[in-house]
Amino acid sequence: MPLSFKHTFSGKPVLWSAVVCASFLSACAAPDTTVSRGTINDPYEEQNRGTHEFNRSLDKVLVRPTSSTYGTAIPTGLQDSIGHFSDNLSLPGDAANHILQGNGEGLGRNILRFAINTTLGIGGLFDPASQMGLERSKTDFGETLYVWGVEEGAYVELPFFGPSTSRDTVGLVVDYSLDPVRLLLPTPERYISTLAMVAARLGDRHTYTATIDSVLYESVDSYTQARSLYLQNRRYELGGRSQDDYDDPYGDADSDPYDSAYSDPYEDLNE
Amino acid sequence: MSNTMTSRRRFLGTTAAAGSVALLLPGMAHALTDARARALIDQVVADINRVISSGQPLSGMIRDFERIFERYADVPIIARSALGPDARGLSGAQLNAYVDAFKGYITRKYGKRFNEFKGGQVTVKDARKVKTFHEVRTTVKLRGEAPFEVNFLVSDRSGRDLFFDMIIEGISLRLSEKEEIGAMLDRRGGNINQLIQDLRNAG
Repeated sequence: MPLSFKHTFSGKPVLWSAVVCASFLSACAAPDTTVSRGTINDPYEEQNRGTHEFNRSLDKVLVRPTSSTYGTAIPTGLQDSIGHFSDNLSLPGDAANHILQGNGEGLGRNILRFAINTTLGIGGLFDPASQMGLERSKTDFGETLYVWGVEEGAYVELPFFGPSTSRDTVGLVVDYSLDPVRLLLPTPERYISTLAMVAARLGDRHTYTATIDSVLYESVDSYTQARSLYLQNRRYELGGRSQDDYDDPYGDADSDPYDSAYSDPYEDLNE
Repeated sequence: MSNTMTSRRRFLGTTAAAGSVALLLPGMAHALTDARARALIDQVVADINRVISSGQPLSGMIRDFERIFERYADVPIIARSALGPDARGLSGAQLNAYVDAFKGYITRKYGKRFNEFKGGQVTVKDARKVKTFHEVRTTVKLRGEAPFEVNFLVSDRSGRDLFFDMIIEGISLRLSEKEEIGAMLDRRGGNINQLIQDLRNAG
């Protein structure tokens, strides 16, 4: 299990491509509303596995080596600043989603963060807001759809972006198309935000390289590992973790029939 | 049936041997409290913080994390649960060999990952009872990152207070390994001896 797995597989774009649109259309053609927590709905497994192989090759020949160069050539202080800068530019989009979700706390926090980090943090290169206790409250349109009651849908692995679901794929497209920063900035400047974001992701790929390599290259079935990790993390992000989601390996027969041998270990021992 | 019962009992006996307190005082078996669960994770977190701030090379850190797992985690139940229903068909010797191989695998694999916590700080937040066990929430702060949650699930049903899962940002070690071990077994056509063999070098 990766530490901070989400930094690479959070559905935030590593690269943007029109290919995604094609995949998005096929993914959303047949929304499945029967999915429930704890289960995996993967009707496109065959295509997904093909995409997974593509993503793995892409990582191997391009993303991993590039991130390694980036991570070693750029001083960590500068890498941090690029990360902060990119985060700061995603705040207006986060705030827009908070409005749509009716999340006043998140909205207030992000407006304050944006104000503080853009001014005191010199255009977002530093993150004084976090030091004041105003940590980032990250969100996206996928979460807005979740708040609105849209079902998770099918698991999808997107080319370039990695693990997602049909709901999150729609979210990704909407977030990109309606990003206030991209829409409001004039043409050359708007690419800065995309560029900073790609650089920040490369930095993450480098920082968490041990974990990501372990999933992509050391796991027996990297496809199912990535799928499991993504869904666990995403469902947690959206719903938090209620105690009903925990099963008891020591023998709660209702939640984990596998471990009936453990139904009462003490009885066994006292016999 | 009696054969599997015996092997199960032997397995459980090994697991619980150190916790003979639970045998002497059967009433203690379910006496795990929020405070005790928290006390265990306080120790775990103190040890983790010591390792990630030690500045020692990776190999030393991995060894230290192996020790943390051995001392505070209920590795046998994690191992069994990762194997799922297939664990039932094993002989006592196979089960012992499997748990042993799994222990090496899991401590190497996750020991390595803790390297990413280097320079960070783990703080225990609170504890609550869930079903028959306890969840202890901790927060991890790494450089340049928003704090995130790492939850430990603690039970005393092995005979000792031990954690049987570590959930990082919603990602459960136990469930992820269930997926991985299942895939490993499939790849080997269900051959458990081969799995045991390969686990000894994996991670």
